[in-house]
Amino acid sequence: MKAAVVVFPGSNCDRDLAVAIETITGTAPTMVWHRDTDLPDGLDLIALPGGFSYGDYLRSGAMSARSPVMQAVIAAAGQGRAVLGVCNGFQVLTEAGLLPGALMRNAGLDFVCRDVALTVANSQTMFTGRYDAGETIRIPVAHHDGNYVADAATLHRLEGEGRVVLRYAEPVNGSARDIAGIVNDQGNVLGLMPHPERLIEAEQGGTDGRRMFEALAAALG
Amino acid sequence: MKARVTITLKPGVLDPQGRAIHNALDGLGFTGVAGVRQGKVIELDLADGTSEAVIDDMARKLLANTVIENYRIELL
Repeated sequence: MKAAVVVFPGSNCDRDLAVAIETITGTAPTMVWHRDTDLPDGLDLIALPGGFSYGDYLRSGAMSARSPVMQAVIAAAGQGRAVLGVCNGFQVLTEAGLLPGALMRNAGLDFVCRDVALTVANSQTMFTGRYDAGETIRIPVAHHDGNYVADAATLHRLEGEGRVVLRYAEPVNGSARDIAGIVNDQGNVLGLMPHPERLIEAEQGGTDGRRMFEALAAALG
Repeated sequence: MKARVTITLKPGVLDPQGRAIHNALDGLGFTGVAGVRQGKVIELDLADGTSEAVIDDMARKLLANTVIENYRIELL
């Protein structure tokens, strides 16, 4: 599997994501700077890491979504390439219009940084094929703006099309329908607030994140 | 020329920060506040003759997230 991790100014989970991808697939991803206008040829996966790009100025992910590399990411997503956005990466994907809705300040106004219980709502995606539908997993979150908001029609469509992939199984941030992660209509773009890359080895406190990368490696070769 | 873009959350979008301000006002004894909405103001220092259409384009492409926010442009 040939992967790239996009690095924005303020990304701080880019190395974790790269290590997770390399650990599972055996191949180190290419690190791509946000000012680059081209992505490497033949990519199977583009990953947008967590962090606080541009210090969350204006809105989380807003500036990064308009950075030069995102035109290439949007084009690749349109061609069906797998795109994974974690935390700030999810915020960038919504700001770029690759996923619907927006991520607002947590309802409790607290920065939430802890393991949370999640329910796998859809195990039929290239990202979640190694989980069981309805399974409860634990993956850490670390965010201030993870409160998912969309209008009623969008939420209805997401639910109806099985595009809600992960849900919080406990109160975390006030997200509509407890949404923690969604896919686009083609199923090749996933945005999620929890950090699967932080739970790859038992030494990290668990391995529930590992199966997301194993599923991608299995689906993408 | 200068322009001011005022950005507010759309009606119906939960505003956690506005709610916190509301609670704080209640705590200070200011009763009778029916609601608080927090927004932001962005002032642009622009080349003379910049059209309102260009400022509108800026607001739609970056300054406001029209999924959750409304914006209003004033030329100063």
